[in-house]
Amino acid sequence: MLDVEELSVAYGAVKALQGVSFQAQDGSVTAVLGANGAGKTTLLRTVSGLVKPQSGTVSYDGVKLTGLSVESIVRLGVSHVPEGRGVIEELTVDENLRLGTLWRFGHRERRPMLQEIYDLFPPLAERRNRMASTLSGGERQMLAIGRALSSKPTLLLLDEPSLGLAPLVTAQIMAMIRKLARETRLTVVLVEQNVRSALSIAEEAVVINLGRVVIADRADTVAADTQLRHHYLGF
Amino acid sequence: MSLFVNLTLNGITNGMIFAAVALGLVFIWRATHIVNFGQGSMAMFTTYLAVTLLDRHLNYWLAFVAALVAGLVLGAVIEQILIRPLRGKPALNPVIVTLGLFILLEGLAGSIFGVGSRSFPPAFSQAGLKVGHTTLAFSHFDVFILAAVVVLMLGTLALFRATSLGLRMRAAAFAPEVARLLGVRVGRILTLGWALAAVAGSLAGLLVAPTVSFSPSFMDLILVYAFTSAVVGGLDSPVGALVGGLVTGLALSYVGGYLGSSLEPLGALAILMVVLSARPEGIFSRPEPRRV
Repeated sequence: MLDVEELSVAYGAVKALQGVSFQAQDGSVTAVLGANGAGKTTLLRTVSGLVKPQSGTVSYDGVKLTGLSVESIVRLGVSHVPEGRGVIEELTVDENLRLGTLWRFGHRERRPMLQEIYDLFPPLAERRNRMASTLSGGERQMLAIGRALSSKPTLLLLDEPSLGLAPLVTAQIMAMIRKLARETRLTVVLVEQNVRSALSIAEEAVVINLGRVVIADRADTVAADTQLRHHYLGF
Repeated sequence: MSLFVNLTLNGITNGMIFAAVALGLVFIWRATHIVNFGQGSMAMFTTYLAVTLLDRHLNYWLAFVAALVAGLVLGAVIEQILIRPLRGKPALNPVIVTLGLFILLEGLAGSIFGVGSRSFPPAFSQAGLKVGHTTLAFSHFDVFILAAVVVLMLGTLALFRATSLGLRMRAAAFAPEVARLLGVRVGRILTLGWALAAVAGSLAGLLVAPTVSFSPSFMDLILVYAFTSAVVGGLDSPVGALVGGLVTGLALSYVGGYLGSSLEPLGALAILMVVLSARPEGIFSRPEPRRV
């Protein structure tokens, strides 16, 4: 279980997060929603250790993450697909994927793990020796998620996977995330601007506005609250 | 005709040395985006270590290896102590530190080893090889220089292309934050980049020392030419370092041979100006896409 408690983050004088608390249960999808600049990306970056909080704690499975290095947090099973996907364009598809397995698996176990990812995303298998810079937006998203999964994480942090994707591709990616959470007990924290599609696959939803949690509740409850939707989510 | 052949051979030999030093510059640029002005003096220092060991009658190859290992350690220590604390500071700060390192190491070498020039024994004969009746300006030692740098280049290529350490190094160079999110211990990779750069530099120092008047400033001009080579090839491309080294070595050899050796530094300047105005990112470097 991911437990975020009273988390506050500031960039200089700008307060990005103020006393944010929520929990994400094992094997569930939690959508983190809110307008541009609400602090959603900062929240994910703080969980994975890229940003140091002013106060508050993040714990995962009882281990306090705050204060640990990014590399150590990764080794606890936390995989973060950053904003803009973070595909390394100068490397091939296969090299990008292999990179995710390096700390986790010995030499012999890497290939079978990569094959699992290729089975999950067949278009990547066809392009395995191409430079990542030649991929389309949807393929890049597959590569970013596939790479994050290649270390067999238990917690997946996704920052706007739908950004720049066609609606059909977004729907496929969302269905894939849903399936992974159900079948492999993967815990997913999903930051999204695309509120409808995020709510369609999430069990829990956290709505953030100007760095504060407005509501943290079941996704269907949030979706049913017309006033809240109008006010904070724009639909 | 024989002048041309000799100048070409001389250019290739010098070019390989420039390439080795340029490779060190490329390693450091890729790892930390710093132009290391201390590269030459670091190499000078480890070469002095080798000659000190040779003075004490240590086996030549043991002294050779000792200098390379000393380079490895020196590079790592400098990154840890001088460069790491400056991470996140303005980009110019570490560059100024490397300039300081250049002055510090040369001063230190002068006070420890003396400022006068002395000789450094070559590993092999420096007498020109004979083809028929003509003696080439190319010796056994020059063959050794070529072989040593080719081994260095192939080793680098194998490291980057065929090992997972090389994959980590490339990822850390291209996208440090993403690399960290994938579990790459980027800090260690940066230290390793500096260490390997210093080894390449040390090797160049050992190869140059027997061919020049050996004093604490013997690497200064070499560093200028290596910098020219790295810029010609593209500061982030190991292949570029090799090609840039050869281009610079040959061009300077022809300039020196046909126009007079005092014009060589001017030749380097001309090459720099032409490359920087025609293709500022170098021949083998990919221009960085600008986000709009």
